[in-house]
Amino acid sequence: MAEFLQFSFSGLTVGAVYALVALGFTIIYNASDVINFAQGEFVMLGGMVTVFAYAAGVPLPFAALLAITVAMVVGVGLNKLAIEPARGASAVTLIIITIGASVFLRGAAQVGFDKQFHSLPAFSGDTPINVFGATLLPQSLWVLGSALLIVVALFVFFNRTLYGKAILATSNNRLAAKLVGINTNQIMLASFAVSAAIGALAGIVVTPITLTSFQVGTLLALKGFAAAMLGGMGNPIGAVIGGLMVGLLEAFTAGYLSSEYKDATAFIVILIVLFFFPGGLFGKAKVERV
Amino acid sequence: MARVLFTPHVGGLLVLIAVIVIAPYFFPSNFYFRIFALVWIASIAVVGLNLLMGYAGQVSLGHAGFYGIGAYAVAVLPHHFGVPSLIALVIGLVVAGGLAYLVGRPILRLKGHYLAVATLGMGILIAMVITNEAQFTGGPDGMSVPRLELFGERIRGSDTWYWISGATLVVICWLALNLVNSPTGRALRAVHDSEVAAQVNGIDIAREKLKVFVLSAVFAALAGSYHAFMGPTITPVMADFLHSIELVIMVVIGGMGSVFGSVVGAAFLVTLPQLLTVFDEYKFMMLGLLMMAFMIFLRDGIVPSLGKLLRGRFAPAKAEEPSSPKASEPSEAKPS
Repeated sequence: MAEFLQFSFSGLTVGAVYALVALGFTIIYNASDVINFAQGEFVMLGGMVTVFAYAAGVPLPFAALLAITVAMVVGVGLNKLAIEPARGASAVTLIIITIGASVFLRGAAQVGFDKQFHSLPAFSGDTPINVFGATLLPQSLWVLGSALLIVVALFVFFNRTLYGKAILATSNNRLAAKLVGINTNQIMLASFAVSAAIGALAGIVVTPITLTSFQVGTLLALKGFAAAMLGGMGNPIGAVIGGLMVGLLEAFTAGYLSSEYKDATAFIVILIVLFFFPGGLFGKAKVERV
Repeated sequence: MARVLFTPHVGGLLVLIAVIVIAPYFFPSNFYFRIFALVWIASIAVVGLNLLMGYAGQVSLGHAGFYGIGAYAVAVLPHHFGVPSLIALVIGLVVAGGLAYLVGRPILRLKGHYLAVATLGMGILIAMVITNEAQFTGGPDGMSVPRLELFGERIRGSDTWYWISGATLVVICWLALNLVNSPTGRALRAVHDSEVAAQVNGIDIAREKLKVFVLSAVFAALAGSYHAFMGPTITPVMADFLHSIELVIMVVIGGMGSVFGSVVGAAFLVTLPQLLTVFDEYKFMMLGLLMMAFMIFLRDGIVPSLGKLLRGRFAPAKAEEPSSPKASEPSEAKPS
């Protein structure tokens, strides 16, 4: 039982990070139909910028704010410089562009920072909390708490604010949204900024647990994508549940089956979902118009 | 007669053969045999991938997985099981083709992002197996490859592999051109332009896509085997995600739907890092920028764009249509 709990805790912690990455995917996908493969790089930037700013003597909260700002600027820049000029291109073209952006950001981080792994001190100490024989790191609570906070904030944003509703309207039908006076270009920018900020935050809170380096983004993006697919692309609640499920599956695979193949879990999940439930667990069947 | 010279079948192949034969006279050192052998080898894989991407309009972000299968087949089988290298090569091709056949059926039903991610997942799983089964593959450090023996002679030396890979590339290009001009090729182009229209015209879409997927996997495995034979060592990097991406970039840079574009794209991407060894650190930044720049500004790729320029007919700039979300966009890369 203690073992099971232990695996669940670690699964939920990484799962929360995947959920945040998946949410980032979902927001951009809903606003623009683009799958942003550079989403993981926002997580990387969040972690790396915080680490380096903190090492330079900036207090942790400000370092974190700085990292989020940097990620948002990069996100907006990505949209302005790479996505907007290719508006109307096929899915494949956009995929290659965002993968290019991801490769570029990775390369830039490798040159701009370094190739080492870095960590941050845990926000509120390292004393583990004992829960029924399993241990829970206080930092895990930070991760889960931030994820919860973001989900609630997004829920309020999308359902209670005019701006959030404008994003929803754009995702439903861009042309109609334009016709009722929504500035869809601005919506795109906002969605990139928001999802970059979410990614960066995930990177910051998880760094004390999992470490960070210039290359963590790729795998995170893929796993976050698996999570988003599992929940049904474009469904925010699905993204969160999908993220937690991928995290849990991964932790149980590592615990009970083989730690070498824990990274395979996410991809096997992707393949199974695609083969058997192409719409995801919570997605609707899509009817394509010829 | 003169017209025949300008067809890809005659003219293109002749140019390719001429380049392969003449290039060595300009090599300042033997090292260049190796680099250009790598260009021809990459081209073999890229021609196959281009058939899939450029003609059938299906993306694959996992072809390095097949490349890795080819490479590790000729390393693991002779080393651990005493299988002769040449037979190991054939087994590698069969395994890659068989795997493509098995996963191709469900995967190729998917479209756009979903297909990209499914192929990517498949590629990463293959790379993961190669990395983790260290008792056979040597793990992340890789392994050395037993030399190929033909007619009692050990094939070694980059210059020998230069000629072998060059000759193979010519054959592969010829096969690809034949395929493009066959009923299958026409069917593929129809699938690319509109799957529904193709289906209405009685094309078995699933079968045509699967055919070219299997073929491209076999080409990739062949390239991987050659690369491994030329050796001296192989590592799981050959099968990893970034290598898959590099293959895709080669297709895109050279031009989707252009057989010889594949060779140009491969030459570009293989030689570029050699020219920029000083900037080794910046390699990935450059790669990323190239991918974005080509997709934004030169979506047709080098060879089709040049072709247009030479024929002196610029397609009028496409009017920006208001993009309707969730609708599939018209594909922009027309076969040339």
